[in-house]
Amino acid sequence: MYRLAVETTTAKAEIAAPWLISHAWVIPLLMVLSFVTILLFGKRMPKRGAEVGITAVGAAFVMSCITAFQWIQHVEDSLAGEGGSALSGLGKSLVFHGGVGAESGIAPITQTWDWWSNGLIKFSAGIQIDGLAVMMLFVVTFISLLVHVYSTAYMEHDTRYTYFYAALSLFTGSMLVLVVANNSLMLLTGWELVGVCSFMLIGHWWEEKPNSNAAIKAFLTTRTGDIGLLLGVIVTFFAAGQTFNLTEINEAALAGRGGHTIWLVGASLLLMGIIGKSGQFPLHTWLPDAMAGPTPVSALIHAATMVVAGVYLGARLYGVFWQGFSIADGGMNPMAIIGAITIIVGALLAFVQDDIKKVLAYSTISQLGYMVMGLGVGAWVGAIFHLFTHAFFKALLFLGAGSISHSGSHHSFDMKKDMGGLRKFMPITFVTFMIGSAALAGIVPLAGFWSKDEILATAGQSGFHFFQIIGIAGAVLTAAYMTRCIYLTFFGEYRGHHHPHESPKAITVPLIILAVFSTVAGLANAAPLGVEKFAEYVEPRVAFPEVVVPQFEGILAAVSVMAVLLSVGVCSYLWFRKDQLGPFKGLTQRNAAARGGYTFLVNKYYLDVLYTDVVVGGIKGPLARSAYWFNQNILDGVVNGIGRGAPAFGRGLYKYVDQGTVDSAYNGLAKETGAAGGLLRRLQSGQVQRYALLIVIAIAIFSIALILAK
Amino acid sequence: MDWFDSWALTLAVFLPAVGLVLVLATPKAQEQTVKVIALLTTIVTAAVGIGILTKFNYNRSGSLQFVVNKSWIPVIDARYHLGIDGIALPMFALSMLITILCIIYSWNHFPEPHNPKAFLALILLLEVGMNGTFVAQDLILFFIFFEVVLLPMFFMIGVWGGPNREYASIKFFLFTLFGSALMLLSFLALYFKLGSFQIPELARLHGAGIAHGTQVLIFAGLFLGFAIKVPMFPFHTWLPDAHTEAPTVGSVILAAVLLKLGTFGFIRIALPILPSGAQTWAPWIGLLAVIGIIYGALACLAQTDMKRVIAFSSVSHMGFVMLGIATLTTFGINAAIFGMVAHGLITGLLFFVAGSVQHNYHTREMSRLGGLLQQAPRMGWILGFAVMASLGLPGLAGFWGEFPAILSAYSPAAGLSEGLFRGFMAVAAIGTVLSAGYLLWMYQRVAFGVPKDEFAEAHIHDVGPAEWMAWTPLILLTLALGIYPQIIFGVTDRAVTRIFGG
Amino acid sequence: MILNQFLILAAVLFCIGIYGVLVRRNGVLVLMSIELMLNAVNLNLIAFSAYLKDTSGQIFVLFVITIAAAEVGVGLAIILLLFRNFRSPDLDQAQQLKG
Repeated sequence: MYRLAVETTTAKAEIAAPWLISHAWVIPLLMVLSFVTILLFGKRMPKRGAEVGITAVGAAFVMSCITAFQWIQHVEDSLAGEGGSALSGLGKSLVFHGGVGAESGIAPITQTWDWWSNGLIKFSAGIQIDGLAVMMLFVVTFISLLVHVYSTAYMEHDTRYTYFYAALSLFTGSMLVLVVANNSLMLLTGWELVGVCSFMLIGHWWEEKPNSNAAIKAFLTTRTGDIGLLLGVIVTFFAAGQTFNLTEINEAALAGRGGHTIWLVGASLLLMGIIGKSGQFPLHTWLPDAMAGPTPVSALIHAATMVVAGVYLGARLYGVFWQGFSIADGGMNPMAIIGAITIIVGALLAFVQDDIKKVLAYSTISQLGYMVMGLGVGAWVGAIFHLFTHAFFKALLFLGAGSISHSGSHHSFDMKKDMGGLRKFMPITFVTFMIGSAALAGIVPLAGFWSKDEILATAGQSGFHFFQIIGIAGAVLTAAYMTRCIYLTFFGEYRGHHHPHESPKAITVPLIILAVFSTVAGLANAAPLGVEKFAEYVEPRVAFPEVVVPQFEGILAAVSVMAVLLSVGVCSYLWFRKDQLGPFKGLTQRNAAARGGYTFLVNKYYLDVLYTDVVVGGIKGPLARSAYWFNQNILDGVVNGIGRGAPAFGRGLYKYVDQGTVDSAYNGLAKETGAAGGLLRRLQSGQVQRYALLIVIAIAIFSIALILAK
Repeated sequence: MDWFDSWALTLAVFLPAVGLVLVLATPKAQEQTVKVIALLTTIVTAAVGIGILTKFNYNRSGSLQFVVNKSWIPVIDARYHLGIDGIALPMFALSMLITILCIIYSWNHFPEPHNPKAFLALILLLEVGMNGTFVAQDLILFFIFFEVVLLPMFFMIGVWGGPNREYASIKFFLFTLFGSALMLLSFLALYFKLGSFQIPELARLHGAGIAHGTQVLIFAGLFLGFAIKVPMFPFHTWLPDAHTEAPTVGSVILAAVLLKLGTFGFIRIALPILPSGAQTWAPWIGLLAVIGIIYGALACLAQTDMKRVIAFSSVSHMGFVMLGIATLTTFGINAAIFGMVAHGLITGLLFFVAGSVQHNYHTREMSRLGGLLQQAPRMGWILGFAVMASLGLPGLAGFWGEFPAILSAYSPAAGLSEGLFRGFMAVAAIGTVLSAGYLLWMYQRVAFGVPKDEFAEAHIHDVGPAEWMAWTPLILLTLALGIYPQIIFGVTDRAVTRIFGG
Repeated sequence: MILNQFLILAAVLFCIGIYGVLVRRNGVLVLMSIELMLNAVNLNLIAFSAYLKDTSGQIFVLFVITIAAAEVGVGLAIILLLFRNFRSPDLDQAQQLKG
């Protein structure tokens, strides 16, 4: 409905917008330059390159903030100008579209350059700044800045400190390229570069084989999804009439150009890319392995870069998904289903981890499931809002876990062996970690509550009731596993063999900042309080479908909060009451006793879809453990099996087909030719008179033939 | 400067021959002089090349420029006809660049049995053949240049090669010669049907005057000649052997330029002259191309020798190039030319690094290598860069050969089956994952981890001055082409559109 | 004029020559046999020349005689070298070109 005179608006907007917002390409460029500088000169600098990285990302953060403010002002002015009132400053960017209605399209601010041409069609590179882009710019640079600062302490004694900072810069820069891209090719470029950087950083300690294996696994798994992205870009390119421009693709998709089927194909292919990148079921197995990288990197990967790229793609090309999956019709669609499965699978797997980082990794998978499901059920604002809030508390939790391992557990992440009772030793870490967990669990009024509620409300009001229930179930599970995690880490007796103490300032200050944001970020879009600024500024108004604007539902919010609190209460009771730690046992008890409804739901889900084998085999272990078993042996087994099987297949192919058949056929040909030559060789006796005899015989034969022929 | 216009190509092609004579005339003992003469020759040649690049009229890149057209063998109407257009220009430049880099690289590491004089003479002779092939506009002239390349490479592998060099060199020679014989036959058939050897003239006829059945037959001959050179599955088996046994520089030239002679032949000769024959063959070429992509990638996973991995990766990557050509669209053919240049730069770099690894460790067995990043971090980084470029990372050159080729398969030229080519497209996309797989796997085994015990104490030289000089241009070009692909597309697009744009 | 007698004589001479070339081992005798064959051909040429009243046949014969002389010179030289190397004029021994 917002597709209005885009061209005129864009043109005007470009003239009017201040310099930075229309030249936002300097932000990614800055990070790339920082990468090059650190790589070339970092080792010779006094702080071994960290100062360059921090300066660059700091400047990028400031510029992102300015860009964000300029965008907000731009939107405000445009909305104010709609009534035909006097225009001032930025507000010149809009023309009143008489008769069409009060709501006009606030077009993204774009800038393009000729990039390449083929078949005499010109393709341009370009940036596109709109609410979504500035939001991402802000989140990425903000988290990245904190991670940069944090790493000065965390990575202090690392042998490849300089290299680490270079890679961080490139990682941030690639994500920013992805965010500002106005065409699917640049988006793909950023996307793949992010993948490469994650490869570099996950494999940061490449001396050990498991680390480099994890890096390769991450790269290859996401690249498997990228088959879909690559083909999806191609399909949408043709479906939209040979263009890579994201806005044009969205417009064509919403108009349904070329029929529904091609968009369904395109959306399914793109979804494959999202599944790979955003750790959705069944390609999520790389994410826990990626914990092999340094903790600040995990925070960056999980909160700001890499995994949210998939969700961002979904949001950016929402028109394609809207049309392809007929989201407007409600019911079921692959995107929502994948998201829902991921919520539950991720949350269940988080129960059985002893490694605190792996708990958080599975938690991220589950939360990404929320976002993807949100997109799938038409809760665009909810999904993106959740991305926004999740960035803060998940970064907080990861950095908190890093703080624990840095100062509390002596570089171990094992909650059972080396943690416990840390709240006495690390008060700041403890408090901030609690805040992060509460935000993650969705407790009022912390950030996670608002965004989760937005998704659930929209799901219900768009006709996706099933997914609403899944969402609540996921929230319950989230609360439960985080309770377990906190109990194991901070309560009870210290089980390690070192001297835990609080971390230095470079670590605690980012934690505190993030805790503040985790607390208040939700208020950016708190519907019951009448604040819906986030939706106003971030939601695109051009080439964007008519999504449902949810009404706040007090009952829903109350139900979900109650469920979460109940879950926290029950879990706390179970764990805090028992002195010896038996999470599996506790889990079984909880399943049997506390939450019949949700157990039924989850059981049904698993029994039907996933664990038929488990039931048939009569294995009745705890659900979560069997889920973990399934995950490690089947899903991961398949992934690893493919990884191992492909070379084996390659070896077979090489040995039997290439060397055995193709090559030996050629060698055989050569041998036969040689043998034939051997036969002829006998004629070559070397005796003159033998040759003469042959000549005479030949002449005689020819003469006779001539005579006979006459 | 009319003088330059009419002599530039002749100079660029035959200056190396002059250098060759000078090298041969220099006594064998004066190694330094020989090296300097060879380097100067290639630099002067490249200077002429730069002159051509600057004087080239990019707005008219669709038509032949710097044309020389003189009578040569009147009896068969073969003419000395040279000319360069947007299709040939990138390849021409690539061939001159690679030759210089190869001479710089070999400055201090000549392979056994040493003898720089003969080695450099062969490189110069190779340059004559390579440059000539890209600018020849007469079929007989093309054929001669095409064959001139063969002998120096044969000797390079046969004399300076590894332990199994005789087998490899003879295999290389026989395979290529077999293809050439059929190719010559097809050239003659064209002559008898159309009465000319001039490529522009034949291309202008666009197949008029030859019945469809005959076109199919003649195309088959050309196909064999070029496909063996590319090499396409199942004619590829000479390539891994040749690469494994060839000295580093030989591998680089082989991968960077010689393979492109085959694909170039398709674009320059086979497709424009025999369009309806191409139409019939295109699905088969496409099929062999995607088989090659997957097959080459799988074969890579089976290798234990680093150089053999890179060799098989060429089979896979040239599959993308051939897929682009098989679509018979301007989009695909532009992509193919880009892919040729990109593969030349990237695989050239990979072979260079593999050569230096071998030079340092005296082995290419990946099970014995490891920890390159620790012992020679710069070389490790460069290898990593080349690996990333080779697996088609956007932002580096490899991507622009791969992606548009896959894209073009979505809508092949009119008359070709869309469904079939979309199937090819999907398979080719799977190939990109496999290529990431084998390249990263190779990188992990060579660069990650810690050095094996046998090399733990070894003194490993990191990238030296000669290597920097030889590799930097490749790295920078890979980056530049990746970021701004118009550098190539801008040159080729008009030429390709003029010839194939219907 | 009766042509037949000449032709028969020439044929007989030629056959004797071939027999000599194929059977004799001594190089000198092989050369002499070749000479016989040449002369048989000469005889034919002269006979036809006279029969057809065309002198070109006789001119050919003059050429043949000259060339034959030269050929014998070269041939004898070769046989001399053979003899020096193998200490025998036997042609069977010269089979270095056996493949």
